Order: sequence, then C-alpha cells, then structure tokens
Amino acid sequence: MDPELKQRLEATAREIRRQVITMIGAAGSGHPGGSLSAVDIITALYFHEMRLDPAQPHWPGRDRFILSKGHAAPALYAALAVRGFFPTEQLTTLRKMGSPLQGHPDCRKVPGVEASTGSLGQGLSVANGMALAGKMDGADFRVYVLTGDGELEEGQIWEAAMASAHYRLDNLMAFIDHNHLQIDGPINQVMSPEPVADKLAAFGWQVLTIDGHSFEQILEACALARRTKGRPTAVVAETIKGRGVSFMENEVGWHGVAPTAEEVEKALKELGLR
Amino acid sequence: MGEKATRDAYGEALARLGEEREDIVVLDADLSKSTKTAKFAERFPERFFNMGIAEQNLMGTAAGLALAGKIPFCSTFAVFASGRALDQVRNSIAYPRLNVKIVATHAGITVGEDGASHQSVEDIALMRSIPGMTVIVPADAVETEKAVWAIAAMEGPVYMRLGRGSVPVVHGADYQFQLGKAELMCPGQDATIAACGVMVAVALEAAEMLAREGVQVRVLNLATIKPLDEEAVVTAAKETGAVVTAEEHNIIGGLGSAVAETLGEHFPVPLERVGIRDVFGQSGTPDQLMAHYGLRAVDLINAVKRVLRRKQ
Repeated sequence: MDPELKQRLEATAREIRRQVITMIGAAGSGHPGGSLSAVDIITALYFHEMRLDPAQPHWPGRDRFILSKGHAAPALYAALAVRGFFPTEQLTTLRKMGSPLQGHPDCRKVPGVEASTGSLGQGLSVANGMALAGKMDGADFRVYVLTGDGELEEGQIWEAAMASAHYRLDNLMAFIDHNHLQIDGPINQVMSPEPVADKLAAFGWQVLTIDGHSFEQILEACALARRTKGRPTAVVAETIKGRGVSFMENEVGWHGVAPTAEEVEKALKELGLR
Repeated sequence: MGEKATRDAYGEALARLGEEREDIVVLDADLSKSTKTAKFAERFPERFFNMGIAEQNLMGTAAGLALAGKIPFCSTFAVFASGRALDQVRNSIAYPRLNVKIVATHAGITVGEDGASHQSVEDIALMRSIPGMTVIVPADAVETEKAVWAIAAMEGPVYMRLGRGSVPVVHGADYQFQLGKAELMCPGQDATIAACGVMVAVALEAAEMLAREGVQVRVLNLATIKPLDEEAVVTAAKETGAVVTAEEHNIIGGLGSAVAETLGEHFPVPLERVGIRDVFGQSGTPDQLMAHYGLRAVDLINAVKRVLRRKQ
C-alpha cells in the first residue's frame, strides 16, 4: 500500500475519532464504542474507495453507503463533514433539538446520508433495493453497507442476505463490524451469530475476514469485491469496540454512554498523541 | 351491477400502468398469483422482483428501490404487509417519506376460510397511525383501478387495502377518483352512512331499503381514510345530524375512529360505528362471517335506526 495514502487515511481516521468523541461529549449521549470500531472502514470508503461528490450529494452516479448500525451515526456524520458534505462546526449540534444530526441517521435531513436507519437489521434490505435499481438501469455505481455483529441477530438480515445472493448483486458489498460486543455483553453470551463467515458463505456470498482497522486489508477487500462477478461480497471485519481510546477499548459499558468532560479531554489527548 | 375482485382490478391496472411508466417496479412475497401482480410480472419480468416469503426484506428492498428513483408497488396479504413488516414500513419507508406504494390484498374477514391468522382487522389502524402514510380503501374494481393511477402520480408512501373476493361494482367506468375526497354516493337528509371498501355496496343496499321505509340516508364513500375529507364528514354531520360508519375492520382505529375523531373535534353528533367489535375472526365463508360479525345491510339499518333515536 502506498505509504502516503496510508498516512493520509490514518490522519483522517484520527480526526474523525476526535470529532466522534467531541460530538458525543457535547451531546451528553450517544454511542462511542460502536462508532469508534467502525471509523477505519468508513474512512477508507469515504476518503478513498467511494466515488462521490460532496457538492452534489444526490448525483445519480455516486456510490452509496448505508449505515445499517445507525447508532454509529457520529462516525458517519464526522466522515461526511470532514469530506465536505456540511461544515464540521455543525457536528456539535448532534442530538440537539432542531439539529439535522439526529441520534440516528435521517436521510431527509443530512446531505450524504443515504437511508434512514436505526431500527437494526434493515440496512441490508435497503442496500439490496439500491443495488437492484443499479442493475436494472445498467448503472455502474456500487452500494456499501455496514452492519454490526450483534445486528446479525435480526432475522431480516438473513432474509436480505438470501436475496442479495439470489439476485447476484455483485455491485453490493457488506461490512460486518465484528467488535464482539453488544449492549448486554459479549455477543457470544447474549446470542451468538457465529460462525458469521460460514453462514454468509452458505447463503452464497463471497466472504473475506480481515482486520477492520487495517486500511491495507480494507482496500484490498474492496478491490477484490470490485473484480468479483455474480455474487455479493461480505467482509467480516475484526474490530475493537471503542478503538483508539484506551479506556473505551473492549469495554461493553461504552456502548451507549457519553464521556464526561474530563474523559473527553483524556481521549482527545490520546488521539492527538497516537 | 356486476361483480369483480379489487385485486383483479389491481393486477390489470398495474400491467397497464407499467406500459406508460418505466419507473414502476413491482415486488411481491411469493403471492403474486393471489395478489395478481403476476399480471405485471408476465409483461415486465425485468421490473418484477419476487422476494420470497420474507416480508420485512420485501419492504426494505422497496425502500432501496425508491431511494434509487424507482416507484415500487409492493404487494402481499394485508395481514403481513401491515403486521409482520410494520417496523420496516415505519422506519425504512414512512419515516424517510419514500415513494413506496404498498398495495395489500386479502384484507379483512372476507378472506374467509383461512381464518383469523389471515384476516387483518387492524391494518387500517396500524397504517393510519404512521405519520405521513396515505391510506386508501377502494370500494370496488373501478375505484381500485383509478386509485392505482392516482397513487402512482403522487409522491409519498401509500397503503392501499384490497380484498380477496368479488365485490359489486358500484361505480361507472367514467368515475373520477379524487385522492383525499369523499364521494357522495347517495343524497339524503336524515342520517349519513360513511363507509369504505366492501361496506360501500352494503351501505347503498341499506340506504335503498331504508328509503322504502321513508328514511333518506346519505351515503359517503370515504375511500381515502387518510388524509380524511374532514370537510365532507363535518358537512354531512351538519346537514343530517347523525352518522353511522361502516367498515370491514375493527371498530378501534379504523374508519369509525377517524370519523369519530373528526366529529369530536369539529361537530359532535350521534354516531354509531359498524365494524368488527374488537374480536378476531374465524374460518367460514365470507357471507357467513359478514353476518356473524354484523356487517350486513340489516346491521347497518339497525345502526341507522339507533342513531336516529339518539338524534331525536
């Protein structure tokens, strides 16, 4: 991987993590753990992989990204702002009355948000619909969707997984943010969706397992998915919940709790130093 | 007066609509022969998607197609469209105000022999309570066909409720369906029957029988339950002083509730609601069920007589 690109993506991801911490701290509520685990995937997509134009958020030829795990909205909002879809100053209005930055993404309010998500399990179906439309029209845009691993417990995910393969949606790529934790504890204790990769493969997907914090591996997976014809590609991205902030990493308690002002300071210092 | 199933009219209208509008796509959940979307599928296989027995994914996929600029018509039985996939309809379709047309067939107890599991008596209430959802219950095949064109021409989410069996055709071929407008089907000054769906024909029958007894009943067809034509309802209440609602649905949350809410806020008059009285259905022939649950003309006549006594 080009070292310059790697450096640039790492710096961008750090900036997005800083924004995530700052905005959730300012909001006084939100989901830091699952936002931080997804930052590197979202950064790779928005700052290298996807074809898009922030000045024309509804340009028909754009690639689409759907955040099915809608509670990771801070990571998406920060990426969109840093990418130029709206001013970064707006990020501190997260979850506040009158702000477009709702607690979970609302596609009617935020330029660049492609679908309203938050009720878990629904994003892959919506992505399927977009990918089907692309196929019908002979368009060459691609559709990316990010789900949580706990989210795989929703039955609709498997309805959708069946349909993606049935309709041979090779213009569709799904990332599973496999951070192994959900609200009530480790997913393997609450309700195990394992073996995730085998299940998706059995449904007819091309499945890759990668380090979800390695830009090299994320972009390689994207390249392979682009070359693959006749079936959708799923990436089981091994991630760490709370990634980048030492006291949040792998801590189930940081699923849906905002950091205090002191904790924000501490986290920002860490993110500045790394 | 001939008879025809509204679902048959839907399938035919859809196939014709497909000729004119290339952005129309149709989705079904393994019921295309029953919902009659198969008629569209035969003509336009490249624009038809069978999603299998998976209603949640059916609705979500329709949402994605709408986000990419298509106008999806999405069909399954009413009980599944409104119940099984309610969260998907709410969050993936209605909340982002997407241009998805949900046309559900086999609504109400007239599904018949399949029994309560397949008889939606709550779908109007569920759909009506979702912000921004338009809810339409056509009275017959003619109105169904006109409504299909009307909802294709408007922007936004729609739930349209159709039946299984044949119902009397109460409209002429030149009938003009107006979304959001009540239709005056029969004049009258003594009381109003406000009906929707299969109950419109029953209401006309009741009005005719009452006329022979010297009672002049106004019949309103409220095919658009949401947004309700409040003006027509209030005017009818003012001019007739008594209202009976008639629906093949639970009396809670459907047409009767919509009319009661409007009258309660604007012009309260004596009101009787004819519908299924908060119970599940059961197996039986449609006629047996309509009789058992009090949805015949005689039941409407009795309700009119009750409301007239309260008026005096």
